[in-house]
Amino acid sequence: MTGASPYRLVGARPEPEFEVRVDGRPVPVVPGQTVGAALHAAGVRTWRTTRFGGRRRGLFCGIGVCFDCLVTVNGVENLRACLTEARPGDEVTTS
Amino acid sequence: MTADAATYDLVVVGAGPAGLAAAGVAARAGLRVAVLDSGARVGGQYFRALPDGFRAARPWALHHGFSRFVRLRDGLDGADVLLNHRVWAAGPAPGGGFAVHCLAGREERAGTVTGARLLIATGAHDRVLPFPGWDLPGVMTAGGAQALLKGNLVVAGRRVVVAGTGPFLLPVATSLAAAGAKVAGVFEAGGRFALAPRALTRPGKAAEALAYGWGLARHRVPYKGGRAVVAAHGDGELTHVTVARVDAEWRPYRGGHETVECDVLAVGYGFTPQLDLAAQLGCAIGADAAGGPAVRVDRHMRTGVPGVYAAGETTGVGGADLAELEGLIAGRAVVADALGVPAGTGVGARPEPGTGFGPGIRSEARVGARLEARRRRLTGFARALLRAYPVKDGWTSWLRDDTLICRCEEVPYGRVKEARDLGAADARSIKLLARPGMGWCQGRICGEAVARLAGEEPGPPRRPVAQPVRLGDLAAMDERTSDDDS
Amino acid sequence: MPDVVVIGAGMVGAACAYYAAREGLSVTVVDRAAVAGGTTGSGEGNVLVSDKEPGPELDLAVLSCRLWTELASEAREAGGFEHEPKGGLVVAESDEVLRALTQLAGRQGKSGVVTRQVATAELAGYEPHLAPGFAGGVFYPQDAQVQPMLAAARLIRRWPRVALRTGTEVTGLLMERGRVTGVRTRDGDIPAGAVVNAGGVWGDRIAAFAGVELPIMPRRGFILVTEPLAPAYGASPAGPPAPLVRHKVYTAAYVTNVASDSEGLETSAVVEATRAGTVLIGASRERVGFDRTVSLPVLARLARQAVDLFPALADVRAIRAYCGFRPYCPDHLPVIGADPRVPGLYHACGHEGAGIGLAPVTGLLTARLLTGAEPEIDPAPFRPDRFAGTPG
Repeated sequence: MTGASPYRLVGARPEPEFEVRVDGRPVPVVPGQTVGAALHAAGVRTWRTTRFGGRRRGLFCGIGVCFDCLVTVNGVENLRACLTEARPGDEVTTS
Repeated sequence: MTADAATYDLVVVGAGPAGLAAAGVAARAGLRVAVLDSGARVGGQYFRALPDGFRAARPWALHHGFSRFVRLRDGLDGADVLLNHRVWAAGPAPGGGFAVHCLAGREERAGTVTGARLLIATGAHDRVLPFPGWDLPGVMTAGGAQALLKGNLVVAGRRVVVAGTGPFLLPVATSLAAAGAKVAGVFEAGGRFALAPRALTRPGKAAEALAYGWGLARHRVPYKGGRAVVAAHGDGELTHVTVARVDAEWRPYRGGHETVECDVLAVGYGFTPQLDLAAQLGCAIGADAAGGPAVRVDRHMRTGVPGVYAAGETTGVGGADLAELEGLIAGRAVVADALGVPAGTGVGARPEPGTGFGPGIRSEARVGARLEARRRRLTGFARALLRAYPVKDGWTSWLRDDTLICRCEEVPYGRVKEARDLGAADARSIKLLARPGMGWCQGRICGEAVARLAGEEPGPPRRPVAQPVRLGDLAAMDERTSDDDS
Repeated sequence: MPDVVVIGAGMVGAACAYYAAREGLSVTVVDRAAVAGGTTGSGEGNVLVSDKEPGPELDLAVLSCRLWTELASEAREAGGFEHEPKGGLVVAESDEVLRALTQLAGRQGKSGVVTRQVATAELAGYEPHLAPGFAGGVFYPQDAQVQPMLAAARLIRRWPRVALRTGTEVTGLLMERGRVTGVRTRDGDIPAGAVVNAGGVWGDRIAAFAGVELPIMPRRGFILVTEPLAPAYGASPAGPPAPLVRHKVYTAAYVTNVASDSEGLETSAVVEATRAGTVLIGASRERVGFDRTVSLPVLARLARQAVDLFPALADVRAIRAYCGFRPYCPDHLPVIGADPRVPGLYHACGHEGAGIGLAPVTGLLTARLLTGAEPEIDPAPFRPDRFAGTPG
């Protein structure tokens, strides 16, 4: 990334990050971010495989329309990662 | 089912510019108003706001017209704002008015909000077209990349290609570049200057376009017309795209291909209005200027169903300014209808903030007339834009037999062709034979492509269940009804 | 000039075309829309013997089940269509219902239906996720599931003697001296040796072109579809993970619903999983004309009955619902055969909710009658003029 950053652009002084665990691995989250955004920011761009072709999927529409980014959060299946605001201690599992 | 039912004078579905404007007008006129939105904050897609957790000193840096948003947000005046509420169905309520069934929070708590009147301001989502490799991780909609940035302060990629058609590509590219992404290029499948002559007829728009142009130049982002991303490549994730020079029908010229490296492709071919609720309610749906579906409204934004209004992208894609204006008109009509006076006259003596009309104007009728005139102007501009950036049939030449048309059910183009050969003469029977549109997204993503492959304009949706809803919650509605009966 | 014009490219029309062509006849299938665009594409794909009382319809169903198996295996080489002989499990809510169900199964057995008594303790072996508390049930191995849309399309394509004309709306029948000699369409006349009315729930309109009456009425049904589930769904009381639903499962109340003449809403959920991973929950029955307006109370009722059968479904989401219109006849029997009032006109419609299951046998009988061969089953109970004098 170049000198410009989104944080500098908006003058962000974010609150302390918290962690969620994605398949056991810690991922940092700024309060208010979605699970999908936190994963994407951590460099994780795929977290689901399709049920027929085993194709890898992550964020596509980003606004809850396409259902590509489904995850399991604390045992609740098929939540849209792009809509689901992360909470401290969330256990996210992928398929 | 929780007993959170409340009766409002107006229920607004969608807290974008249209919904906020309408809710504000109605609330300030003393009506009891509820605004529902699936998002965590008001603003909708256009004014998608950052979470407080970022403590941004300059939130406006990611927005065009942020002060208008602040005015809308702060003008809700006592309206109940129900965020994280996804509406899965809307219909007539047993005791009159309308019942809006929603799922709240990530626990998806089922509830029903009822109101005497209902405004559909559900906005639009990106319209996308399939091409080889479009389901590789790293390929996103332009709106999705924008949502990541505006709503989460995450830059979608390090090196980004922006492609598709329409003026929305420009703000996406400039904001990504301003936030630190290297934008390797903006590729507009239509002509590069399709917009220009029309923009000149609206000074505000011309200035906006100039600002984007300046932004692109400052970040040395090449903007090329007559170019389309016809394939995305990568081993498991996106690494590069093929950009082709295309003719006026979007068929690639032979040999006019280049490879552009990128880790994200942000692609969008305009917008598709979200009409599920309008269709459920039985509102008449007609064609917009480009032939796409849009709710039919009268000049006061009333749909054909008494008590149901629509504003914003649902009445035809036209952008945030028009959406806000339509919301204003709809809100005034709701107030007038609630008071039982002719629409456009009854809001009260005081001009509404945000109308652009000074306090000298005392006549509500004149305010109404000027709002209508302004809407005609903006609608004309919106129609011209839709016509300037149509989807051309040549995109089908980008497809290969193994290109997925339906991402959910993983239906490749070859199966769609086979269905056509077997006698599937329309989009619905293609769906029945080959399953595109039967999956999770219910055809929201592939519906446009399937309709076009069937040689049709996309029609109104038929989605009695607009959001996934637990059978247990549905079942509870039956028990509740039985109890009511006894 | 084709030997036969079949009106309607739904499952029944496709089967008529298939069997007529197999007998050597040339056939043109016309449809105002596309293949499988009507009730065929709005149902569940039920092939059931379990829900029928002994009698002429059950005789049709038993033969048709066998024909479906033949058709599916024949079509396999040409791409095939989904045909799952998964069997149906009918469960009884009480000992009293179980006795009635058991008696019914005994009588059905005399018509060639294979039945297997399932004791309470054995239910979990059939359906590990079934709710506890059922008194027992009967398993029907002949019950099957087909994907009728693709099946119809493939059957129409099976013989080169069959031509398909979609987007061709029939506006009248060609008549000569009281005899039907073809069809009139928006795209011109199609003379033919005979015309088969496979117009389904719109079959009465085709009959009306010939000046005869068929009392076919739409009986609406809603179906709920869930999100796709993993093939092995969670841990089950009976052992390792298993699909949430393995067979077609419904309560014995369904049989009385099917046979009911009521106009009012009746629901008795039939629950089953599909190959796509979804669970289908169908279907309600109500006579409300051709009204497509979504009825949430109906969807809620279906959901409750499904959850009553499989409590685990409570946490599964519905993602889709659709409705269709069954071609209902007052005596619940289809209309099959030559219309004695109008020579040259044959009917193959009015199957209510059994059109998919009964399509092959309807096609076979129609082909036999068209060629003058001896039909496998006496078609007299299905004759088109049987309604004369009954109030429509």
